[in-house]
Amino acid sequence: MPIETTSDEVLVGRIAGGDRRAMQALFARHRTPVFRFVVRIVRNEAAAEDVLSDVFLDVWRQAGTFEGRSSVSTWLLSIARFKALSALRRKPEAELDEDTASAIEDQSDDPEITLAKKDKGAAMRDCLNGLSAEHREIIDLVYYHEKSVDEVAAIVGIPAATVKTRMFYARKKLSELLKARGIDRGWP
Amino acid sequence: MSMTDEDRSEIEDLLPWHAAGTLGAAEAQRVEAALAADSELARRYALVREELAQTIALNEALGAPSPRALDTLLAKIDAEPVRRPLQAADPLARIGEFFASLAPHTLAWGAAAAALVLLLQAGVIGGFMLKEKTPGAGYQTASEASKPAAEGATVFIRFAPQANAAAITQFLRANKLTIAGGPSAGGLYLVRVAPAKLPPADLQHLIDRLQQDKVVGFIVQSE
Repeated sequence: MPIETTSDEVLVGRIAGGDRRAMQALFARHRTPVFRFVVRIVRNEAAAEDVLSDVFLDVWRQAGTFEGRSSVSTWLLSIARFKALSALRRKPEAELDEDTASAIEDQSDDPEITLAKKDKGAAMRDCLNGLSAEHREIIDLVYYHEKSVDEVAAIVGIPAATVKTRMFYARKKLSELLKARGIDRGWP
Repeated sequence: MSMTDEDRSEIEDLLPWHAAGTLGAAEAQRVEAALAADSELARRYALVREELAQTIALNEALGAPSPRALDTLLAKIDAEPVRRPLQAADPLARIGEFFASLAPHTLAWGAAAAALVLLLQAGVIGGFMLKEKTPGAGYQTASEASKPAAEGATVFIRFAPQANAAAITQFLRANKLTIAGGPSAGGLYLVRVAPAKLPPADLQHLIDRLQQDKVVGFIVQSE
């Protein structure tokens, strides 16, 4: 079977046996979503790349312990979250690089400028960036990384019921931010 | 059948996962039935789908890691002690263990569902990719699908988990759409909606119309 179509689980098995090609294939497959997950936490592209290589180095080291109880992508995001938060703790004053800052955050606009954009989508993206780290994380995991309730619970390390509650409050806060910018969604 | 407030609240909590297509079949059916019976719930579901579309748009705009990331990783791996092959690392043994850990019922349903999904995806996507025969329009890896390469006006679409091959085919034909790439990491397909660029208002109008179709899980502009 070509390595490009080999399942993640089999690739991890090969990595456990020291197969560098399998490592490169797994990296190619997951580097972008993992990078984006990390960059949303550390808010700096260079730091996110360092974390990314650390995540996959952990995969190289720990592949033999992977038991297949979760999907490989869930496992990767769990490692990525731990590494990203550790990096943040090491560098609490980490500077945002300008490109990343403009891509992930646009809070300098005052409400009038935002309204002048006349673009509800852009306003919502601004508000998504204005959420707390905890709320951003859960929204990204559910909507972008397509993680189920149980998978989010495993990645974040909270009970499934808390996942639902946190998602509710994240969405509620998003509505409040939109309302403050003149967009009333009529919910909650 | 009327829903209690508790039922409704429970269903409402599931809407984000329903929009993302990550609910199990039974729960998805329950949510679909509730949406059909409750217009306020359906309105709130539309809000969820907006959030989903904008979260994806925001993440897709974040770009991708540079080639330096792989170089750094390989350098770190080179610095690791040489590893002796482990018995547990044998892929066949590991696969055997993985499947053995699943209950027979789970395994049977999982295998059937996986086979069906593979057949449907291969049939629909393969058919449209071959049919189009656009020069240079080849398969893109999931990690590289965020850069639309198609000419004309394009959008990203994730098909609803309940949509079958026939419904997707009918939807594409009826709306004169062609699949130009994907799926990306988030299961997104790059779909060409017009041979030339459209004015933003026209494109948004088209997106709003296509979003009404049940086969569309969500839809967002590709750029």
